[in-house]
Amino acid sequence: MTPTRRRRLLLVLGILCGVGIAGALALNAFRRNVTFFFDPSQVAQGQVAPGQDFRLGGMVQEGSLRRAPGSLEVSFVVTDFAHQVPVRYDKVLPDLFREGAGVVAHGHLDGSGTFVADDVLAKHDEKYMPPEVARSLKRRHGESRTAPAAPQPAPLPSGAGS
Amino acid sequence: MLPELGHFVLILALLLALLQAFFGLAGPALGRERWTGAVSAALAGQAVMVGTAVACLVHAFVTDDFSVLYVAENSNSALPLFYRVTALWGAHEGSLLLWILLLALWSVAVALRSGSLPASFAARVLGVLGLVSFGFLLFTLATSNPFARLEPAAPDGRDLNPILQDPGLAVHPPILYTGYVGFAVAFAFACAAMLEGRLDQAWARWTRPWTSWAWAFLTCGIALGSFWAYYELGWGGFWFWDPVENASFMPWLVGTALVHSLAVTDKRGLFKSWTLLLAILAFSLSMVGTFLVRSGVLVSVHSFAADPSRGMFILAFLIIMIGGALTLYAWRAPLLRSSAGFELGARESFLLFNNVLLVTAAATVFAGTLAPLIADALNLGTLSVGPPYFNPTFLLSMLPLVGLLALGIHANWKRGRLRDKQRLLLVTALVAALLAAGVAFGVYSGPHVLTPVAMTLGFWIALASLVDPLDRWRRGLSLPRAVLGMTIAHLGLAMAVIALTTVQSFTVERDVALAPGESARVGGYELRFEGVRHVEGPNYDAIAGSFALTHHGQPVRTMQPQKRQFWVQHQVTSETAITMDHGNNLLLALGDDLGAGRWSVRVQVRPLVTLVWLAALVMAIGAFIAASDRRYRVTAAALAPGTVLPERVRG
Repeated sequence: MTPTRRRRLLLVLGILCGVGIAGALALNAFRRNVTFFFDPSQVAQGQVAPGQDFRLGGMVQEGSLRRAPGSLEVSFVVTDFAHQVPVRYDKVLPDLFREGAGVVAHGHLDGSGTFVADDVLAKHDEKYMPPEVARSLKRRHGESRTAPAAPQPAPLPSGAGS
Repeated sequence: MLPELGHFVLILALLLALLQAFFGLAGPALGRERWTGAVSAALAGQAVMVGTAVACLVHAFVTDDFSVLYVAENSNSALPLFYRVTALWGAHEGSLLLWILLLALWSVAVALRSGSLPASFAARVLGVLGLVSFGFLLFTLATSNPFARLEPAAPDGRDLNPILQDPGLAVHPPILYTGYVGFAVAFAFACAAMLEGRLDQAWARWTRPWTSWAWAFLTCGIALGSFWAYYELGWGGFWFWDPVENASFMPWLVGTALVHSLAVTDKRGLFKSWTLLLAILAFSLSMVGTFLVRSGVLVSVHSFAADPSRGMFILAFLIIMIGGALTLYAWRAPLLRSSAGFELGARESFLLFNNVLLVTAAATVFAGTLAPLIADALNLGTLSVGPPYFNPTFLLSMLPLVGLLALGIHANWKRGRLRDKQRLLLVTALVAALLAAGVAFGVYSGPHVLTPVAMTLGFWIALASLVDPLDRWRRGLSLPRAVLGMTIAHLGLAMAVIALTTVQSFTVERDVALAPGESARVGGYELRFEGVRHVEGPNYDAIAGSFALTHHGQPVRTMQPQKRQFWVQHQVTSETAITMDHGNNLLLALGDDLGAGRWSVRVQVRPLVTLVWLAALVMAIGAFIAASDRRYRVTAAALAPGTVLPERVRG
């Protein structure tokens, strides 16, 4: 092996190592940092452990929005018309948030089964719902008629992080 | 009648683009000089037709022709004239038309500057561009005709999406698209070189300025988009790792790699096949970006289209274009030979690392953006990938990249003699560390672990990039524009690193509830709420809050964020109030009436965030200056047809 060849080999090996390490670290970051989406029925079935971060999606139940006057603390109920999850939030609600509309919230369950949201997303426009919610509702709707249903295709993701 | 004319000329443009592709590719291949000569005529015709079509659509918008579906969906008689024009690219069909127009303009620019290129090569470049134009025109006509009529005509339009009613929208998409489409030129040069069977240093020299221009436009476009999202989307923040942002960022990363790899091909005749691959990749990612944004596959803040047939068409088009280019690559690239070698510490090595790291970064962004789609297809559940994934993985390739830049900028071509520069490296690194410590601990307080490290790297790049120009100046040597541009672009990167580190480390954000007369303290600022009042705009009603801002007792200014309700779509948008003070950007967004006279308010204090966008502008200016260097023009003239070129590849 000529010196040039050996150097080139070392260079290629070095790059491969670097890319390999980067890939492994990225995969690790990925495994720990993706957030899954669940709807109220999945939460009711106990698919999520308390304290685990996830995205909860559904409709804001009509008449469920409660707020102590003058306080940022707000509570509402997210429903998929089969099950309900109470949600607590203490930040500014997005412009498109309202009762009867779709919503996706990021946060975790506390010990009592209340969803403590650290972010409420409503990045859709007036006309349409968050796609996860639309799919989840469609699925629930279908399930009620054709139960017991085969494993359902997962709803479409929204890639928008926030 | 005008919309029909628009539709008709668009069909003519499609046919002319096909002719352009045919003459450009078949002419040189079959040695028909007449055909080769007809390419520019076909291109000129295509450009005029596309321009006419755009004019027809603008006319429909300006005259409120609501019998045109696209106008009815995206305009309204109450919409101000300015937004009636920019509404042209407010949705899918018009954006595509804009894309096609820009592609035609880039092609015309190439044709005008091609006088010094060998005739057959120039024809092939224009031929490939014609093929791309043809694909996009076919897509528009087949799936998204902007001139489709609405029968009967709507009495009034549905209005432009309120979040798009902003001066930022007027400039962001055209500039971003100019960058996207600009990579088509690099792509066409790569394909033409492979068809021609010649890929020498002259080729790289012709391609470089075009690539730099495209890259500079893309940089400006991304920065403008980030700026627009910051002040218009109302939830404060300048980068969300949103799929649409990622879609523009991936071609930028690969484009950056391409700009650097082209430098090696130009100066040393190395990395040839890699450069070709990057040119193909950069434009492919631009097209994938269109696919991601426009097919509705990935839903995000900016996506408005959700039509699967369009997605399928783009997918097929992507497979044909990218697959075709890669096949050509597989066939031709093995013919390329580079004989020259280089040492480990030479500039070539550093540029190689630069490329590997940039492409790795692009790959991690790609993986994160597409993971939700793949997980969905494989039934692994619905997941979302956000900043917790993107931030660390991106840093992982960016920190070594900026570190190696500060080293590599001192390296010579071919020979690794960094040891000679040891003292210089140590001194600049030390000064940078001192500066960083001063800023991190002196001006701001409570830094994270990475803050001083990243900041040191930022200052180090700045100092290191100045060494060579200062040395030249001291020795009375001239400073070529290529070097000046590179220095400015690297200074821009240094600014970006410092600014991003500061913003990420020292941003303060709080949501507060205030009644009139109450005040809140956020990050050294005091905010006193003075109440709300009703305001009426040209096509909306608004509630405006009034806040008096003071810094350590000194009044700064009164800020008035609004909450607007638009009449036509009844959509509510937050109009944030933003002010600059001592390098900090303060952003106020008015929330809701909480009852008991209180309102919720979001307050953000972001230090140096303006510098992030300025840094992008500086990088773009650097690229523009570098692209205007004389060496790219002189050499093209020197290599007149007939010149025997070195390293000519067997065809």
